[in-house]
Amino acid sequence: MIVEQFPVLIVVAPLILAFIVNVVGLWNRRLCFYIVFIALSACLVFSLGILNTVLTQGEPIHYRLGNWQPPWGIEYVIDHLNALILVSVAIISLLVAVYAKRSLEQEIHESKLPQFYTLFLLQVTGLLGITATGDMFNLYVLLEIASFSAYAIIAMGERGADFAAFRYVLFGTIGACAYLLGTGYLYILTGSLNMVDVAHLLPQAFYSKALLVGLAFFVVGVGIKMGMFPLHIWLPDAYTLAPSAVSALLAPLFTKVGAYVIIRIMFTVFDPSFSLALYPVADILGWIAAIGILFACIMALAQSDLKRMLCYVIVAEMGYILIGIASANRLGLTGAILHIVNDMFMMACLFTVAGAIFYQTGTRNINQFRYLHRTMPITLAVFVVGALSVVGVPPLCGFFSKWYLILGAIQAQKWVLLAVLLISSLIYAILFFRVIECAYLEPREAHNHAYDGGHPTPTLDRVPISMLAPMVLIAAGIILLGIFSGKIIVHIIEFAIPATL
Amino acid sequence: METVHTATPLLALLASLIGAFLIIFTGGKRPNLREFWTILAAVTQFALICSMLPHVLQGKIVEYTFIEIYKGITLQLRVDTFGMIFALLASCLWIVVSVYSIGYMRTLKEHSQTRYFFCFALALFGATGVALAGNLLTLYMFYEILTIATFPLVAHQETPEAIKAGRKYLVYLLTGATFILFAMGLTYYLTGTLDFAPGGFIAGHGSKELLSLLFVAFIIGFGSKAAIMPLHEWLPSAMIAPAPVSALLHAVAVVKAGVFCCLRVILYIFGPEVLSDLGLWITLAYFVSFTVIVANIIALTQDNLKRRLAFSTINNLSIIILGAALLSSQGIKGAMLHIPFHGFMKITLFMCAGAIYVKTRLENISEMEGIGRQMPITMAAFTIGAAGLTGIPPVCGFISKWYLCLGTLEAQEILFLMVLLASALLDGAYFFPVIYGAFFKKSKGIKSTFDEAPVLVVAPIVITAIGSLLFGLFPDAFIHFFQLAALSAKNILGG
Repeated sequence: MIVEQFPVLIVVAPLILAFIVNVVGLWNRRLCFYIVFIALSACLVFSLGILNTVLTQGEPIHYRLGNWQPPWGIEYVIDHLNALILVSVAIISLLVAVYAKRSLEQEIHESKLPQFYTLFLLQVTGLLGITATGDMFNLYVLLEIASFSAYAIIAMGERGADFAAFRYVLFGTIGACAYLLGTGYLYILTGSLNMVDVAHLLPQAFYSKALLVGLAFFVVGVGIKMGMFPLHIWLPDAYTLAPSAVSALLAPLFTKVGAYVIIRIMFTVFDPSFSLALYPVADILGWIAAIGILFACIMALAQSDLKRMLCYVIVAEMGYILIGIASANRLGLTGAILHIVNDMFMMACLFTVAGAIFYQTGTRNINQFRYLHRTMPITLAVFVVGALSVVGVPPLCGFFSKWYLILGAIQAQKWVLLAVLLISSLIYAILFFRVIECAYLEPREAHNHAYDGGHPTPTLDRVPISMLAPMVLIAAGIILLGIFSGKIIVHIIEFAIPATL
Repeated sequence: METVHTATPLLALLASLIGAFLIIFTGGKRPNLREFWTILAAVTQFALICSMLPHVLQGKIVEYTFIEIYKGITLQLRVDTFGMIFALLASCLWIVVSVYSIGYMRTLKEHSQTRYFFCFALALFGATGVALAGNLLTLYMFYEILTIATFPLVAHQETPEAIKAGRKYLVYLLTGATFILFAMGLTYYLTGTLDFAPGGFIAGHGSKELLSLLFVAFIIGFGSKAAIMPLHEWLPSAMIAPAPVSALLHAVAVVKAGVFCCLRVILYIFGPEVLSDLGLWITLAYFVSFTVIVANIIALTQDNLKRRLAFSTINNLSIIILGAALLSSQGIKGAMLHIPFHGFMKITLFMCAGAIYVKTRLENISEMEGIGRQMPITMAAFTIGAAGLTGIPPVCGFISKWYLCLGTLEAQEILFLMVLLASALLDGAYFFPVIYGAFFKKSKGIKSTFDEAPVLVVAPIVITAIGSLLFGLFPDAFIHFFQLAALSAKNILGG
């Protein structure tokens, strides 16, 4: 049955097509997009098939590459947790790919399009692979595929992007080294690289200091890749200066997949009783998250560039996920996993909007958004949905993950984290209402009622439909994810959390 | 208690939501069609809510569960007697204010009317949702929608002051919402449920200190919307908004929703027993009494008519909370009656202020001397409203204040009776100079011939003024406010 091959196809298909895109691009550039579209649609089908299989059989899929028996061969293990993330990554990357087609026109020279689409597909390959794999070293390889394509694709951006990308290379390489060292430590202790196998063997080594060092390397390594405070320094520059479509792909997905890896390592590879109970890992992560959220929120307040502001919001959002992990209980982890999915949609929504505004007006400066509601009503409506969701207004999805994070913090009696969650939503409100105010309200004289002259006449957005449609779909996704968050939790996330917690 | 499961509450909410989107898709090019949607949505909503009234009066509960969010948390609409009072008030006055808005906005040729009517419908969606919400989470959801939908209305003028007022409004209310979120999380953690129950559901969960903390967090949260001092600052600033918005803010949606939520917390989450055990009711009562007196004294000093009315609102909101905080059956009845009755009277007063502005562009009381000759109908309505708020029979304010006074006697708290009487006296002290000036002083630059505002502006004023009189004579007329309040008080204290 082909369905059984889905776990590997979801990685291999975009990988192979990425090279085909490159070759076809030499002959006909216009075909590139359609190949990418087909590849990502196929990925979406595969991911839905995988999710369906996991839900019906109720236990993880174990797929052995080349039928090599684990722990020697590479094994892809897909349970409820990564099935959910795979579907989200596939949906967002497909929508962003459609969005990218026209948004690239102004930002990338036509001759570079084949390279762009190759890197785009490689990027998605890496992200899907990181999520699907059950092998620690294979994860490293895929992490590097994703990272290297990210370095290159970011460097395609505007002036200064090459330097930002170079800085990202330096940081990212350190992160990769740290991750590899962590894997090495575990290999020394257990002689295995298969996650399930390592998890099985590890309890014998729980009191070894080397293990703790290994865990620290993991957290630092993945922390750099996911933009965890204070290792986020590369992030704002890289994601701001990258082309709009690239930031709309990387900002929501790469950081969240990193958060997934942290959860996978802390709760699957390491037993929660070790990673959270034996050492104060949860406390340390909690403090990092708390300081990081406040720092990032304040930095975001200081920005006038919409995209750069959103970059800091991402750093804060990563803190939210860490708070859920640091709460170390079912409610908190429910919030963290739900927030990974929700935040993919919210960030994709906001970054695509930033790109659309840049497409039509050529600016990202918030102070120049005046009168925008006259010329971009749909884009701004999408922005309002995304912004209110980040602020945490029910029934949008951002509220519900925040709700579980709050419950988790209360249950863990971590009042500082609770306070940070609440205060940061207030700062978010200021942050986003500043933009909404600039875009929607016009400066007027007192009692000058019908004053209407000299401003752009109201029109619909002049953004192509292939950019608008993905944005509207993502916004609809935000609303639906919010309303049906209960279903996601009951049917998927409940099973994704280790039973020992 | 018997429960009726139907989708009517959802349909009632959808009426305003769909109305809002019809309005925005119709847009400014076809204003008549757009306003038709407003009126249609308002009338539909009122009819649907009225259709649930017989069930509620029989002591049944109308329920519609939308979706389960998590163990013990649902998005649920649940119409009980108390929610019915507020839902009836909001949807009934929405019709009146819509007619008035059309007259007001068109006469003044206001800008951005589509946005205005869209946000208005959305705000009513929020307010009705607050009324019909069956649990705290649903209530919070609509509460937030209401807050955000009202922001563009407050900042509607788009002058620097208006934008500042809008920001202030958001800062106060969103900070309040944060407190509510915290309190809601704690409540769920302690009890595992968020469903309202007459007489409270929190008894026996958590220590005294924790429950006190929870209560304070709730009151700060909802109190910011109910403009309890010192959280009232945003309300007078928000008077910069157009008059129909102020009318909506004060009489119907925003601050009333705050008071409604405070009463939900006091009577349906904590309940009389817990609050008297904790001794918190007396703290709250002192607190709101302070607001009652101070707000009235500040009102005396205001020359801007709308600002004076704003402080009068702050005073009346605190009176409602005071009545509920006394935890006596008559006090609760009085508080619940004062919500709709104050709504009718205050909306009359604000619409009068708006009518005067439409006709003469005057905002200050000192400039309005002699206006009674030019606008006798408006000022007659104003007199009825003002008399009602002072507590003069046969206007409806007398009935609610009477029960509030009985409530203080029942609770044997003479001090709070004094507060109520003093506030009535002060009400008179700041309303009567307006009326006296309008009718008996010589006008300076105001026409002394009859020249009223347009019909669409005056008709709603007359209707609400007559309504205030009718409810004073027959408090149980038409939509049975009195019976609903009495039933609620019985459920809370007996159940």
